Amino acid sequence: MMKILDIGMNHTTAPVELRERLSFSGDSLDSAIKGIMDIRDVREALILSTCNRVEVIFTTDNERDARDSVIDFLSRHSGIEREKLLASMYVKTGSDAVRHIFRVSASLDSMVVGEPQILGQVKEAYRSAVKHRAPSVMLNRLVHRCFFLAKKIRAETGISESAVSISFAAVELAKKIFGDLKGKKALLIGAGEMAELAATYLMDNSLADVFVANRTLERAMELAQHLKGRPISLDEVNNFLPGVDIVITSTASTEPIITYENAKKAMKARKNMPLFFIDIGVPRDVDPEVDTIDNVFVYDIDDLKGIIEQNMQKRMGEAAKAERIVDEEVIKFSEWLKTLDIVPTLVALQDKCEIIWQNELRKTLSNLGELPHDQVEYIEEMARSIAKKILNDPILFLKRKQDRKSREMYLDFVRQIFSLDRNGGKEEGHPFHHRGTEDTEKEIKKKADS
Amino acid sequence: MDIVLFKLTLFLYLAVTGGFLFFIIMRNKRIGLWSQRVLFIGFFIHTIYLGLCYYQLGAMPALDIRASLSFYAWAIIAAYIIFYFIFRITVLGSFIVPFVAFLMIISSTIPISVVEVSPLFKGFWFPLHVVTAFLGDAIFALACMAGIMYLIQERQIKSKRPGAFFSRLPSLNILDSLNYHAITYGFFFLTIGMITGSILAQGSHGSYWRWDPKEVWSLITWLCYAALLHQRMAIGWRGRRSALMSIGAFLVLIFTFVGVNFLMEGYHSFESLGGRRSP
Repeated sequence: MMKILDIGMNHTTAPVELRERLSFSGDSLDSAIKGIMDIRDVREALILSTCNRVEVIFTTDNERDARDSVIDFLSRHSGIEREKLLASMYVKTGSDAVRHIFRVSASLDSMVVGEPQILGQVKEAYRSAVKHRAPSVMLNRLVHRCFFLAKKIRAETGISESAVSISFAAVELAKKIFGDLKGKKALLIGAGEMAELAATYLMDNSLADVFVANRTLERAMELAQHLKGRPISLDEVNNFLPGVDIVITSTASTEPIITYENAKKAMKARKNMPLFFIDIGVPRDVDPEVDTIDNVFVYDIDDLKGIIEQNMQKRMGEAAKAERIVDEEVIKFSEWLKTLDIVPTLVALQDKCEIIWQNELRKTLSNLGELPHDQVEYIEEMARSIAKKILNDPILFLKRKQDRKSREMYLDFVRQIFSLDRNGGKEEGHPFHHRGTEDTEKEIKKKADS
Repeated sequence: MDIVLFKLTLFLYLAVTGGFLFFIIMRNKRIGLWSQRVLFIGFFIHTIYLGLCYYQLGAMPALDIRASLSFYAWAIIAAYIIFYFIFRITVLGSFIVPFVAFLMIISSTIPISVVEVSPLFKGFWFPLHVVTAFLGDAIFALACMAGIMYLIQERQIKSKRPGAFFSRLPSLNILDSLNYHAITYGFFFLTIGMITGSILAQGSHGSYWRWDPKEVWSLITWLCYAALLHQRMAIGWRGRRSALMSIGAFLVLIFTFVGVNFLMEGYHSFESLGGRRSP
């Protein structure tokens, strides 16, 4: 009975030192896929390796041996002793493994729940595996369901919707004030790291211009160059206020840089066009009174942190919705897997019959001597349809067995009475040995359906 | 026939109200899209209903309070649809359509009255007066809704704890510009409505201006919006203040629309327009 297994470690089970040693990239990933595929009992494999996790996903008929061999392989690769490795890894089988892989792809198992990068990493992992023809029927299907599921969850829940970093929260707010940020102008006062990050995200929204003011002009020039903006001197700040829309402050100054009077004056000069202050400085650079002016919006670092916290909670709520969708998908996948376990038997059965009727046909035809072409075809057609009709009822019978236990029993029974396993039939007729991609999957499906 | 159409319209508007409320609460885009489509159908049926009324009455169906409210509801939806195609703000529907459904419910509770149509209302100027005045009033309703939405969104941002409305409502800039455009177009139509009204008055009463309460209150409304527009253009009254002003001016407009016709004597009152309570 073919099973999906997942052996892995993530940010909650293993410290970064271990994850580093186990992680794969580039060539080491290629050789690892080959190494895993070389293990006798492994049928298909896929390795997902990111900075937060390593997941080795494979299918096998022989759960215990394959698992041990894979763990040995990982231990050899990372140079971590088996026991130590096992202590910080998890082994998931069957629907647990499927659920885990679904949750990983949907970013429910991420350090920052809902972060979108993971799906791209799954795609990348799949691409590398396909290069070595490592995934086949089960893993192909599994990965495609992962993509489908992740998209569905993103569309139907707000899991990756609201910002969970200071910079993104600031950009999101700016968008709710200005709508489109295209053509807006920004002013950076102080050149702190976080201010720079926020400014970089803002510039991604095609701002028209950015000015940088700093205590040391050198640093201002450096940052202005990086942001493709213009450096100005700190004394000029108030002259620039009427002309800009977003101001990011992050100075170490103990006195407010932006006073109520200056802000009021600037607003008059800019005819009340909205002005957004993002104050990352501690102590604050913008007088809190400024926020009381109409069309002026001031967010300090605590406000932004508050938003992030709130958004984080929102994501958790959305994650619960997403879990339900995952549950549904796991059930669907398990249903599909159930239909899959009769495929090898059906294929073997059909193959066997085909060999029989073709052999018999050859014998008969050679005894009959020269016949017109159309008569040969008639005889051939008859042989084929006799075989098909005889097989029809047993195949339907097997397909109808919904209950796993009884189906397994009857499958076994059928294999025995038709002696399908005698001369290495398992090896020959096994669809999982064609390490093809989707085509093989379709082919097998077609055979099973016909 | 016409009463069936009216009820069908009312029913569709109520359904759309439900749909739009579901849309804004659950943020289900499909429901929003379908509500929008059903609204188009409702508007279409409403238009046929009004056309039928016009045909039966021989004049614009806005001579009694029942017909006026229904006609006003129609004008608001018309304005909403036009603005929808410019601004594409579906969530505006979640604010506008409940208001329209409310107007239609009020309209449906008022008994149908027998209206005698004086020949005055059959001429060229009366339909023009009614359509422009109602359309102006309808667009001001949009301005008021945009103002309310602006105030909600502004509160969300200023509170530092953005809540449920923050992600559901569009940006302040879009709401402000919606408010501004609505006031500009509304003002345009109101002005034409008042001019055609005075031409109508010249024809029927012999003078352009008679200090009738409706005329006076229309002028006050007009002045409110004129002041708002002027302040905006001259010294940049925008955002919160503009939103507050447009809500205030709309309250004055409501009084002019309903209050004057009921509370004060004059030739605009529904009594003298020909509307009679059915016995």
